[in-house]
Amino acid sequence: MQHGKYGFIVGFLVCPLAIYTLFVVWPFLQSIYYSFTDWTGLSPEFSVVGLGNYAKMLRDDSFWNALRHSALFMLLLPVVVLGLALFFAFMLNVGGRGRRGAAVTGVTGSGVYKIVYFFPQVLSIAIVALLFQFAYNPNSGALNSALSAVGLGSVQPDWLGDPNLALWCVMAVLVWSNVGFYVVLFSAGMASIPKDFYEAALLDGANRMTTFFRITLPLLWDTVQSGWVYMGILALGAESFAVVQIMTVGPGGPADSTNVLTLLVYQKAFVGGQAGYATTIGVALLLITLAFAAVVMRLGRRERLEY
Amino acid sequence: MGSTSAQHNGGLGRRDVIKRAAAIGLITVPTMSFLASCASSDSGSGGPKAEKGTASAKNPLGVNETAPLDFVLFDGGFGTEYATDAVKRYETAFPKAKVDFRATQKIRTELQPSFNGGTPPDLIDNSGAEQMDMGVLVGKKQLTDLTPLLDAPSVDDPAKKVRDTLRPGVLEMGQFDGDPVWVLYYAYTVYGVWYSQTALDRLDAEYPEDWDAMLALCAKAKKKDIAGWTYAGKYPYYLPFSLYPFIGKIGGREVLDAIDNLEPNAWKHPAVKAAFEAYYELYKKGYVLKGTPGLDHIQSQTAWTEGKALFLPNGSWVENEAAKTTPADFQMKVAAPSSLDSSDKLPFGTIWASGGEPFIVPAKAKNPVGAMEQLRVMLSEESSKNFTTKVKSLTSLNGGTDGLALSTALQAGVDALAKAGDNVLNPRMQDWYAELQKQKIGTGALGELMAGRMTPAEAMKKCQEFADEAAKDDSLTHYKHR
Repeated sequence: MQHGKYGFIVGFLVCPLAIYTLFVVWPFLQSIYYSFTDWTGLSPEFSVVGLGNYAKMLRDDSFWNALRHSALFMLLLPVVVLGLALFFAFMLNVGGRGRRGAAVTGVTGSGVYKIVYFFPQVLSIAIVALLFQFAYNPNSGALNSALSAVGLGSVQPDWLGDPNLALWCVMAVLVWSNVGFYVVLFSAGMASIPKDFYEAALLDGANRMTTFFRITLPLLWDTVQSGWVYMGILALGAESFAVVQIMTVGPGGPADSTNVLTLLVYQKAFVGGQAGYATTIGVALLLITLAFAAVVMRLGRRERLEY
Repeated sequence: MGSTSAQHNGGLGRRDVIKRAAAIGLITVPTMSFLASCASSDSGSGGPKAEKGTASAKNPLGVNETAPLDFVLFDGGFGTEYATDAVKRYETAFPKAKVDFRATQKIRTELQPSFNGGTPPDLIDNSGAEQMDMGVLVGKKQLTDLTPLLDAPSVDDPAKKVRDTLRPGVLEMGQFDGDPVWVLYYAYTVYGVWYSQTALDRLDAEYPEDWDAMLALCAKAKKKDIAGWTYAGKYPYYLPFSLYPFIGKIGGREVLDAIDNLEPNAWKHPAVKAAFEAYYELYKKGYVLKGTPGLDHIQSQTAWTEGKALFLPNGSWVENEAAKTTPADFQMKVAAPSSLDSSDKLPFGTIWASGGEPFIVPAKAKNPVGAMEQLRVMLSEESSKNFTTKVKSLTSLNGGTDGLALSTALQAGVDALAKAGDNVLNPRMQDWYAELQKQKIGTGALGELMAGRMTPAEAMKKCQEFADEAAKDDSLTHYKHR
């Protein structure tokens, strides 16, 4: 171990770290303190209520309901987004049939695809949510119009208005808006894998599937793992809040079918005037996020490969 | 990440995990700390209050003529002009007083920190999507009692007190827990069933006064491919605008009072059952515009102005809000809910009308007297007419529309109020328990009922559960009708 390495780094970072501590860590510790009070968020007076908020949270159906949805986001979204992104990135970089003598190429037109996939990243999530809200409009939205156009006029779901569909509609938007980023991330990772590995595999007669699972994925694993944690945090945090708040009935509906923890924190703090209770839910959200990160890190550990 | 690999230290890499977790922590922490950004400070009071001036006939409240006034207005559907005009009048009366006037759409974001810091402005129009919860503000003693204003002589007729110039129900709405009046509602909203007279004329129909006529008219419209009803499906708490007065009309005022008071079994009243079943029938018979559960308020209003549906539960702001899409020959009108049948407790014409645009004076305001004087000026006939002319809405000043050319919608509102007489209902759920009304009863039960996903019996049961939950929740301040 290089002793003193961290001290050296911290020495250089002292200013940003101080700012970070003051504006992020300190409010954060304050939040934990507020979770033990009955602060309304509308007056400077409050008193400490001990674990009252926590007891209330465990009895609160809307909390468990939001937790279920957040957990679903956390477990499903990273799998779907990273799975799609890996597939696309592989097709763009390695998946092509060898042409022009190059052993390893992407599919035709991969340069264009790369740019197109990245488009959603350029748009703010709020804009994306708004656009999809129009698409989901049951009367004049693109989706139902398309269904009518192909002769499915009888199938006209309410999309965001239907409790059984709404959550999936929201998830679809998050997938759409995030896949592009990971395609680019994984493409960058794949570009750094030496071509000779693929050439050797091709000589041995490996097909695309084998190449992917035996070469690409193991060598990309570190990137995938970081992406996994990052996507999980997005799914639990800001992104899920934005789409649910903007798109859904209520918001958080219909009938609480799309509420997520971040939105519940917002509602309790700013609609219900229960800021203390809201920070309690925030603390729960933090614990879940940290647990998720720890589990992914643990389960995802593999040997590092040097190449 | 991490420079030590797993196989180099016993296959565990625990330090790695800890280091990485710390890095992750750096990312996750900000997601939560935003809440504390509106943390409270412990400065008790925002400095000394302004000295009282000397009261006179022209200055009955005794405004300090040099004290500055800090006024924050919600900049919404009513714009700001009516308020800036009133501010000018205040400044004319007190030339030495400087009025600091600001308008914002984000009342809560802008003002919450000043409430927590104990330095709020003197006068606030606490309205819009970012309204601060009134129940909490009152419960936490954050507001000034406006009784001195109400007992002051009115601008137009010094022999009359301000409280005697207000429309029915306005004063009561500002009371939460006894005599003090904490809020003064300036606009006066008529809620009910909105329709286009032109659309009805095309069907050779009049506004249906009872439910059989309503169903018959919807059936007639359906033959012409027009839906009977639409509503803001994304925000089902628009439904109560016609549903609550309907319930009150069927079973009497006390049914709505019991609901507001969160009494056990309030939602199990036969009147609630009858009203729910009547509305559910609209869905069952296919009289609700297809796709309505997915429409937001603007989309539903647009579908309505385009003539796709006849009726829409809403409030008087809809005229201004839907102005862009309203055809010139639309003849927008509002009516009280139709009768269910002849056994209804209250006559046809019973309507929900109440104050909107709640103005408050914080308890820690530096110049509360100036704030009340500003409100007194706004409640003069001149200011009230100015408001009605500019934003097409009535004010809380009773009368004040004589000699004005009113639009059909406004005229319909005035007529509806005249017809209602004393039968003006005023359900308070949305003021007292915002979250219960919007998230739970609105979205969780009424929306489901109208989308046909809940039967009336299930919806009643659900509403009762939500109400019982709120009644048990001791973190809420509970209010009662008196």
